Parts: sequence; structure tokens; C-alpha cells
Amino acid sequence: MPVTPAAVALPPASGFVRRFCRNRTAMISLCILVLITLVAIFAPYLAPQDPARSSLRAIMKPPSLKYLLGSDDLGRDVLSRLIFASRLSLIASVQAVVIALGIGLPLGLISGYVGGWVDAIIMRFNDALMSFPALILAVVIVGMMGPSLTNAMTAIGLVYAPRVMRVVRGSTLSVRQEVYITSARATGCGDARIILRHVLPNVMGPLVVQSTVLMGQALLAEAGLSFLGLGVQPPEASWGSILGSAFPYMQRSPVPTIAAGLVISVTVLCFNLVGDGIRDSVGRMRRAGD
Amino acid sequence: MDQGIASAGSGGTLLEIRDLVVQYPSANGWLTVVDHVSISVGRNDIVCIVGESGSGKSVTVQAALGLVQPKGGRVRSGSVKFDGQELVGMSNRQLNRIRGDAIGFIFQEPMSSLNPAYTVGDQIAEVVRRHRGVSRQEAWKRAVAVMDRVHIASAASRANDYPHQFSGGMRQRVMIAMAIACDPRLLIADEPTTALDVTIQARILEVLEELQAESGMSVLFITHDLGVVAEIARSVVVMYGAQVVEAAPVEELFRNPRHPYTSGLLEAMPQVALDRGHAPVAIPGVVAQAHSWPKGCRFHPRCGYCQPEVCAAAPVPLIPDDHGYVRCSRAAELRSVLGKAATERTIPVMT
Repeated sequence: MPVTPAAVALPPASGFVRRFCRNRTAMISLCILVLITLVAIFAPYLAPQDPARSSLRAIMKPPSLKYLLGSDDLGRDVLSRLIFASRLSLIASVQAVVIALGIGLPLGLISGYVGGWVDAIIMRFNDALMSFPALILAVVIVGMMGPSLTNAMTAIGLVYAPRVMRVVRGSTLSVRQEVYITSARATGCGDARIILRHVLPNVMGPLVVQSTVLMGQALLAEAGLSFLGLGVQPPEASWGSILGSAFPYMQRSPVPTIAAGLVISVTVLCFNLVGDGIRDSVGRMRRAGD
Repeated sequence: MDQGIASAGSGGTLLEIRDLVVQYPSANGWLTVVDHVSISVGRNDIVCIVGESGSGKSVTVQAALGLVQPKGGRVRSGSVKFDGQELVGMSNRQLNRIRGDAIGFIFQEPMSSLNPAYTVGDQIAEVVRRHRGVSRQEAWKRAVAVMDRVHIASAASRANDYPHQFSGGMRQRVMIAMAIACDPRLLIADEPTTALDVTIQARILEVLEELQAESGMSVLFITHDLGVVAEIARSVVVMYGAQVVEAAPVEELFRNPRHPYTSGLLEAMPQVALDRGHAPVAIPGVVAQAHSWPKGCRFHPRCGYCQPEVCAAAPVPLIPDDHGYVRCSRAAELRSVLGKAATERTIPVMT
């Protein structure tokens, strides 16, 4: 599939970028997300202490200069653990979203473009999968495959695939009706080429929005599963597992619980706000462009 | 890539649509939206299909190129021969080799027939690359060259622009450039000027005429505007209610319309009517719908010359006459009346 360099994911970017930058909430959220990503990348340099080193003399200490966010029930520095956990949490979310995209995008494109009985069959599977509560289904899948972070995120990815699919199928259905698709066919484009060159770039907008929002949800789901002990396994830690292990001692030492909860909430919120920002910017461009 | 210039009037038929029947699904089964339509386009010829919206003119040509099937329609019967090759029943793979290469297609809405995600140069170059298999640079050069040919100013830099950066008229030029990028032998233009301002329309028609004269390609032009027909057509096919109702050379059609519908279309033309000192006369009633064709002649409920016992009785066949074809039971009797009406009738100006 030859793709020319000028082929961009989102239509004419300049207006989109300008509008997005003008959206203050979205910009601040994006900055926070970039910051969190940087923290995850440079975790070994930023963490004040070894996140795995426990000390019997520092069990559940309140915040101090040595332990900025206190220490946990095994005497480990909570701040360092949160910083290192950001890596796993982000990677896990990305993994889930990539799996959801990998399944949902092609199926959505095929379902929307081909239509007919192919669409009917795919959509019924989709409905069946959607009718389960996401987290419960993930718990079942993890239960079958055994608890590990990869299994948990595969499960979350599977559960979210129908949501990606719905968005892609919906956009494909409307793009398929566009004159430029018939026009492409009239210049001799085959179906595969029409889907990849002409439909895909035009469903990219809604897809990016959906993926961003799913990142937040996957992060939350990961936190939930790890909180329940179905995700990441000790000694590794994600934000959810830190929250889970700090929670029983919340009365004696509330700071770790609150810190972990806050990190999760803020990150999820930022993903959602960035998603909204992208949606608004893309939407306005579409309206102005036509 | 030089222009193969066909000698004028080299003769022979390039596109031959014969007894084409196209159907779309509906709640009550298949609906016939093109009913035994035959149209032929010679080499170096410009043929216009005229008719009101819903008369089946667009569907006819789209079906001929296999473009209605993906939208759920089907070709029930009939044949479409392009340069001796049968297109009906041809696989999509084979059709794709012809579409965009030997046959160029221009659509009605320049605003929506270009992909918003790519620059126009990319879109034209893509067509060239696929059909000619040339390098990327060469395809791009060709794209700029054809944009230049349709008189887009500073084509080399504009090729890098996205469709939304073009005005309607310019976008239609881009569409034309894309359609002629591979030197087609046949250009099908589906109401290419309908969505444009009158002044822009004239420019676009000029471009099309110029290209036709230079390259000798055949043009099949769909329009509902008889002014456009008068401007460029050599022969005309008039469609009403999914059928051809009249076919004739252009002068003949304007001077001597055989079908009351054609005559009605002429009377409804502001240019013609005002020239003769009366206001345009609209054809009464609305276009018949595919699910409820009137019995007999499909035009009879709106026809001023209708004699119910003759016109509503049985379907009317397409009858050959000295210049073309006409589908009217009373064509012979009406001949002098309609001819006279077309040249002499004056109606007091209503203001």
C-alpha cells in the first residue's frame, strides 16, 4: 500500500491545531499528560528512592522530607512507587487500547463498508459483547487466563473492541455515502484501496477521540483490576495496585491512598478532556470546511 | 503522454447502451429506475442527456460503469458496449482498469466529490499512478500539467492545496483535471455545472469544449439545463420517467421537438421564452415517481396534448422517425403543431 508522505491522518492540520491550542482546558490536560509520560520515561532519575526497598523502621510513616508522600505498610516510599508505577499503568492502557483498535478498527471498517449479512453477523457479536458490564467480563476473562497484567489488559482490550468498532462502523457508514467514494470508484479504485485510502483517513477524527477517551477508561479499568488483585502482580506495581494495598490502612495512614487515587483520577480526567478537545476541534473544522 | 487526436467525425460508435434496465430495491420489491434505455455516443461526439431530476439520467450512466451496484442497485438486463467491450457483467477488477483511464467521470457536486483528507495533486496523481504505473514524480508532474490544462492558475503550487481551499468552480476544474488525467476516450459529465454560478458555468463549459476539441474524446453530458445543451451538444437524448422519450440531433430538437415533453422543456427555458417575448411556461404537475408510473404514456397526466383514450391505454413504444426517436402515440399528428409552437407561438408577457 503506497502511502504518500502528504497523506495525513487528520484533514488539514493547521486549523485543527490552532483550534485545539485555543482550548485552554484541553491544552492544560495535554500538558499534564505529557508531564506524566515524561515522569514515566525518566522514572529512574526522578524517583527519590528505590521503590522496592522496604524498611522495617519506616512502616506507614506520615509524609516527611524523606518520604514526601509517606511510606506504605512494608516501609516503601510511596512517591517513588507511584513514579515507577506510572510506567506500568500507561503501558497497560496503551496495550489495551492497541488491542481494542487492532480488533475494532478492521471489523468496523469491514462491517460498515461491506454491509449486508457480514455487517449483521459482526454487529450481533458486538451487541452480545457490549451487553456485558466491561469490568465483570474482564474479571471473567482474567479468571480463565490467570491473573497477570498482560492478561488483564488483553481482557480490557477485548472488552473495549466493540466500542471502537461501533465508532468506526458509524463513521464508515456515513463516509461510504459520500460522493468522493463513488468518485474514487469512478477513477478505478478497488474496494481495498477505497477502504484504506479513502475511508480510513476520514474516520480518523472520531477514532482519535474515541481512542483518547478509551485510554482513560483503560487506565481506570486497569486500576480497578489491579485493586482487586487481578492485574499487576507484586513486586511490580501499578497505580491501581498501590491504591489497593494502601486502602486497607487508610484510617491509620490516609496520604498514600489519597495520592494514588488522585493520580489515577487526574490522569483519567486529562485523557477525557483531551478527547473532548480533539472532538470539538475536529468538529468545528468539519463544519467550517464544508 | 501525448494527446491522441482523433480526426473529427472519424465515425463509429464508442459507447453503446442498449435496452438498459436498472433497478433499486424498495419495500415493494425491485423498482425500475431505468427502463430499457438506449443511448449511443460516437467517437469525437458530444451527446447530452436531458431530463428533470428523477428521470433516471444519472443512474443510467452510473449503472453503465458499474457504479450503482455498490449502492444496492442492479442491472436487470441490457448491454453496455464500450469500444466493443461489454461492460455489463464485467468484473470489478476489469472495470477498474477502464474507469478513470479510458473513461473519465465528473460528478455533480464539486464540493463533496473530492476526498477532504488529501491534497488535490495527490488525488490526481494517484489516478495517474494507478493507470499508468509511472513514478511518483512523473505522476505529480502529470497532475500539475492537467491542472494547468483546465486553466487553474499557478497549478504547481495549488496542487499542494486541500479541496477545502478551492472555490466551487475551481474544485470542478480539479474534478475535470482528474477525469482527463489519463487521456480518456470518453468523458462522462454528470451535471458538472449544476451546482455552480452561471458565470462559472460558462467557464467550465468552455474548458470542456476546448478539451474535447483538442483531444477528440467523446463526451456524454448529463444536464437538466437546455441552455447548456444548446451550447455544447451535437445530439440530445431526452429522458422522462426512466425512459428515453426523444432522441435527435441538437438543431433538430430545438427547431422541431417531436415530443410534447421536449416542447414543454423548451417553453420553460427563460432564454427561449423571453426571446420570443413571453414568460417561461412551466410544465404543470410533478415528475412521476418510479413506484407509481401512470398507465400508458408516463407523461400523459402532465401533457397538454393528451387524449386519454389514446395516451393512457397502453405503454408507448419508442418510434424511429427521420432524425431520431420519439415516444409519443400522437407524434405524427402533433409534429406540425409542436414545430409551430417552437418557432411561432407567442404568449403575452405576464409580469
